[in-house]
This record gives sequence, structure tokens and C-alpha cells, in this order.
Amino acid sequence: MSSAETALRIALVGNPNCGKTALFNLLTGSRQKVANYAGVTVERKQGRYIAPSGRVVDLLDLPGAYSLDAASPDEAITRDVCLGIAAGETRPDLLVCVADATNLRLHLRFVLEVRRLGVPVVLALNMMDAAARRGIRIDIAALERELGIPVIETVAVKRAGARALVERIDGPLPPLPPTGDADLDLHAEVRRLLAATVSMPTRTAATDDAIDRIALHPLWGLVLLGVLMFLIFQSVFSWAEPLMDGIENGIKALGGWSVAALPEGPLRSLLADGVFAGIGSVLVFLPQILILFLFILALEESGYLPRAAFLLDRLMFKAGLSGRSFIPLLSSFACAIPGIMATRSIQDPRDRLATIMVAPLMTCSARLPVYTLLIAAFIPQRTVAGLFNLQGIVLFALYVAGIVSALAVAFVIKRLRRDRSEHALLLELPSYRWPHPRDLAIGLWERAWIFLKRVGGIILALTVLLWFLSSFPAPPEGATGPAIDYSFAGRIGRALEVVFAPVGFNWQICIALIPGLAAREVAVAALGTVYSLSGSDDTIAAELGPLIAGQWPLATALSLLVWYIFAPQCISTLAVIRRETNSWRNVWIAAGYLFALAYAASFITYQITRALTS
Amino acid sequence: MFGYNREPFLFKAYLPVRLSELLPGNTAVVREVEDVGSADPIARRLRDLGFVAGEPVKLVTRGPVGGDPLLVQIGFTRFALRRSEAARVRLQSAGATP
Repeated sequence: MSSAETALRIALVGNPNCGKTALFNLLTGSRQKVANYAGVTVERKQGRYIAPSGRVVDLLDLPGAYSLDAASPDEAITRDVCLGIAAGETRPDLLVCVADATNLRLHLRFVLEVRRLGVPVVLALNMMDAAARRGIRIDIAALERELGIPVIETVAVKRAGARALVERIDGPLPPLPPTGDADLDLHAEVRRLLAATVSMPTRTAATDDAIDRIALHPLWGLVLLGVLMFLIFQSVFSWAEPLMDGIENGIKALGGWSVAALPEGPLRSLLADGVFAGIGSVLVFLPQILILFLFILALEESGYLPRAAFLLDRLMFKAGLSGRSFIPLLSSFACAIPGIMATRSIQDPRDRLATIMVAPLMTCSARLPVYTLLIAAFIPQRTVAGLFNLQGIVLFALYVAGIVSALAVAFVIKRLRRDRSEHALLLELPSYRWPHPRDLAIGLWERAWIFLKRVGGIILALTVLLWFLSSFPAPPEGATGPAIDYSFAGRIGRALEVVFAPVGFNWQICIALIPGLAAREVAVAALGTVYSLSGSDDTIAAELGPLIAGQWPLATALSLLVWYIFAPQCISTLAVIRRETNSWRNVWIAAGYLFALAYAASFITYQITRALTS
Repeated sequence: MFGYNREPFLFKAYLPVRLSELLPGNTAVVREVEDVGSADPIARRLRDLGFVAGEPVKLVTRGPVGGDPLLVQIGFTRFALRRSEAARVRLQSAGATP
């Protein structure tokens, strides 16, 4: 491509949480994740836009850094690109240094560091709207003069908030900034600049102080955190129900209608037993996943998460983690993959590895379908203490079990570790911000889309494959049992049943565990298909929940629930552990300990429950 | 939980020497950041974040468990620091001029 040669290469740099990614999204029209805490962006993201003059601009969004003296893997990426030593990367033609206008004492120091690099620099003073609200006045012309680089005001959360920046970039490249004195005391220089160009009535926002008095209170802060977490899991259950019923009825109607039109035969079986029984059983969980994400997105945007990290740091430290592990672990409730990636913002390599190892124990949203299916089938719908939903409480308990075992595993890792030197926290607490409804809506839309793509892609493919394995070969003439007994899947399931009989898994569950390796939700879809094929013709109408409620002993159901707290059944997670730690050994350790824990815990659960219920 | 202080203040007036000894709500001025061992990355980072001589610093509050970590205001920014990190920051005595 000829435009690539002439394209202007620009990188966005700056302190963490100053709005680089918001600016990147605004300029390139991308939808990279933004949130309100330091370290959202942990890798370089590339985008492209056409400037008003028609020139192509290649824009690079880099992780935030407090200093070019990098202290964590994400900061090292930024340092390498800025210095032009990143592998396979030419040095940018222009650096757009982004600074939060409300936080200039900290951010201007980095600007001064970037100014020394010998690359043209433009300073984008972001969050000018928030600065104006707090009565902060900045003499832009004076700042420009003192710094010797162009200074542009931006508001990255407003549609037209980067117009001036786009126009400046489109103009001629600014001259190289004054190199100045190499021994210049950067902090003294920042103080001089602030005194000369900025008037600031207060150091902090009054609302932050007011909220923090409660949110960080030694007692009320912890109570608030506990209530918040509990409410999330309660609402996942109680709000989603009407929506789930609607989806279920819709699928049933659609399935019944389309199957009725087909003649008896393999195609009809594929549609009824494979597609509708399999896919339908997963699709139902969309509302729950979206509600969970609504809360996670709102918390991320608000600036509350670093506060939670502050409150929990001591406890997590005792368990061998760090307050900094909190945000990666909370993201792992959505999915362990972004969670493990987010550990890049943890400076201490030991804390980072421990966080990666326990991240799979956080209950990811793909496990939600399995949990909800089993809970709805086996746990009675009852109100406890006149207020709480028993099913919601059991779900909450499963999440807590994951968290507690994560802490226990981290504690063991800490014990086994020889290096006992000090661990760092050094965590910035940002200003609170109202979550933007548009950002929440976009975030939810993207999650829904990802989920639907999974359902339509890998889950559908595996379900069809499973249907094939469960339907062929056909039973011999004169066979009496259900056809699936003679199929490939039936034989595999029966072989595995030997291994899993001590934990109470029947052969249907054993079959479902295999495709669950690729995507955990498929286990539910697989059960749907297997049971649909094992039953008589009219089971398409029957739902999976009541069906297994009638066939499985309680001990088996509880054992499978416990299995899913631990089971390392996700190849993508293991792959990302390999990539992030660059070690196969860590992958084997993670998979091995998770499998051992899963088997042991399920065994205990099954045997105890059976003893109590028989 | 509150008022925790390693220094016995029976015999002398309470004068915090290190940031980790500052009481919640109090402000002091940084004198220097001490290295623990050679080439201490934590001390280096603290200096980058603005813990340098003459900078006012405020202890906003302490964590709920064991009074750790500390919430510290430096410049316009708030940082959570562990007690051991804050202990690297030495404070100017009240009378001294920066």
C-alpha cells in the first residue's frame, strides 16, 4: 500500500488514566475499552484515520506510564515505542502527550520527560471540562511558550472534543522541542510551570472527598463493598428471570414451528436435537451475562474499583496477592482472558504470576449457564429471611467458594516462594466519574455481540459435531436401548464414566465435559443435545432443567457444581497463561492443580451428599 | 486501628519522622525518599510520583485492616501506599524551612 509509506505515524502517550484511549477512540472511531482506573490499556493498539487534508494518520495508543523508567510490563511497551527500540516498530513521527488538566502536578513531569526524547511533541490537555467545573484556569498561551511545544485543549468524551487537535496534527509538524538542560530538576520545573500558568482553587474535588469519607471508611467502606457485591449476584438472578422466560418461550415456539414443517429424518433430528436443544439452552443466559456486565462496566467507569483495591489490599497481601490484583481478578468474573491480560499493570512479577495462577478460579461468565441450569433444577425457589432468593444465595456462595479457594491457592504459592523481598502497591485513586450511559450501552452491546458470535460460531459448531457423534453410527437392527448408546459419543461417555464414577458423573455428563473444554457454555448445550437424543421423540418440548432434575441424584448435581468452581476447562485460558508468562511449565502447573482440586472437591461433595441423602 | 504509632511518645512531643507515622488528616512536608538497599525501584518510583523535597503531603486515611495501606495525597493526586513504602519517605521537622 502506497499510503502506508506516506502515512503520518503518531503515538498517544501520557500518564495512566488521562484519557488516551478515549481520545484514540474519538479520533479513529474505534471502540477500545475505556474505564476509570490506571492501567486499562496494557498493550499497544493501532488505528488509522484520514485527516481533513486527506493525509493518512496511523495512530498508536500506548499503555499509560508514570515514567519512562518503566516499572511494569505495560510501561515497558510505552518506553520502547517512545525510545524507538520496540521490535518491528519504527519510531513515531510525532508524540501526542496527553495530560489530565485536573492532575497537572503529576502529569506535567511526564510531559517534560517526553519532551527530552528528540521527537516532535504536541501536548493535549485533556478533561478540560472537568477542570473548568473545578475552577481550574490554565493560561494555554503561557504554557505553550514555557514548554516550547504546541498545547491543545481536548475533551475526549465529547464528540467535537478533539477537533482542535485534529487540525493541529494536520498542520506542519511542530519543530523539535527545546532539549534544554539534561540535569533539569523535573519536579522543580513542574512547580515553576504551575506557578506561572495555572490557578487552582482546591487540590482535590469536593465530591471525591465526600464520597471517600464513606467509601474508604474502615467499617462502612467494607460494608458498602460487601453489599455491592452481594447485590450484583442477587440481581443477576432476580432481574434476569422474566427476560430468560421470554427467550426460552421464543426458542421453543420457533423450534416447534420449524421442526413441524420437516419430515422425519436426520435433518429434523439435527435441527431439533442439535441446534434448538443445544443452542437454545445457552442462548437463554444472555440476560444474566448482560446484567453482570452492566454492573462490572458501571463499577469500572465510576472509579470505585481502585478504592476496593485499597480496602482489600491488606487481606489480599496476607493471602499472597496485592490490592493491585483486585481489578484483574474482578475482570476475571467476566472472563479469565482479559483478567490475565490486565495483570500486566502489576509491577511485582511474583504478585503478577500468583494473580495469573488464581484468575481461572474466579467464576467467569461462561460458567454462569452451568451454574444457573443446575441451581434452577435442584435448589428450590424459596425466599430466605423474607428478602433474599435462595437460588441467588447459592450462586453467591459458589462465587465466594471460587474467591476463597483463590486466596488459599495464592497463600500456598506465597509459602512455596523463596524470594521474600518487599512487594509494592503504589496505586493511584482516580476522581469519581458518573458512568456515561452511552459508554455502558456500547459496552453491553459489544458483550451481547461477542456472546451471540460465540453461540453462532464455536458453540453451534461443537453442538453439531456432538450431535453427529451422538447420532452415528446408528443402532444395529433389533436394538432395544436408546440409539445414543450405540453411537461414538455414547461409547466415549461410557469409557470416561469409569474415571468419573467416583465423583458421581454419569456418562451424559462425561460427554458434555469434552466440548466444554473449548467453551464452557457448550457443556450445557451438549447436555441439551445428549438428553434430547437419548429420550423419545417428543423430548424437544421438554426443557433440560426439569429433565435432569428428575434423573440426577442431588449428589451428582452438587458434585458437578463444585467441579465447575475449579475445573481448568478452557483451552483459551491456558493459552493466554502460556502467552503472558511465556512458560509451558506454568500452564501445566495451572491445569494440573485445577484438575486435582476439581476432582478432589467433587469427590468429597459427592460422597458426603450421598451419605447424607441415602 | 487508629492512632497507631511505632514511636513511644511518652517522653517526647509527637513529631512524625516518616510518612508512615503521620496521623490521618495531618499534613507535612517531604524531606527525601530513602533507598532501601541499592537501586531501590520503589524509592525511584516514589520520587517520580512527586515525593521530593519541599512537597507537601497529606495522610488522608488508613486501610481498614491493620491500618495498612495508607491513602496519601501528593500534589493533586491520591495514592495508596503500603506502610513499608511510606516509611521510605522522610518528613521535614515542623520548624525547619524547606
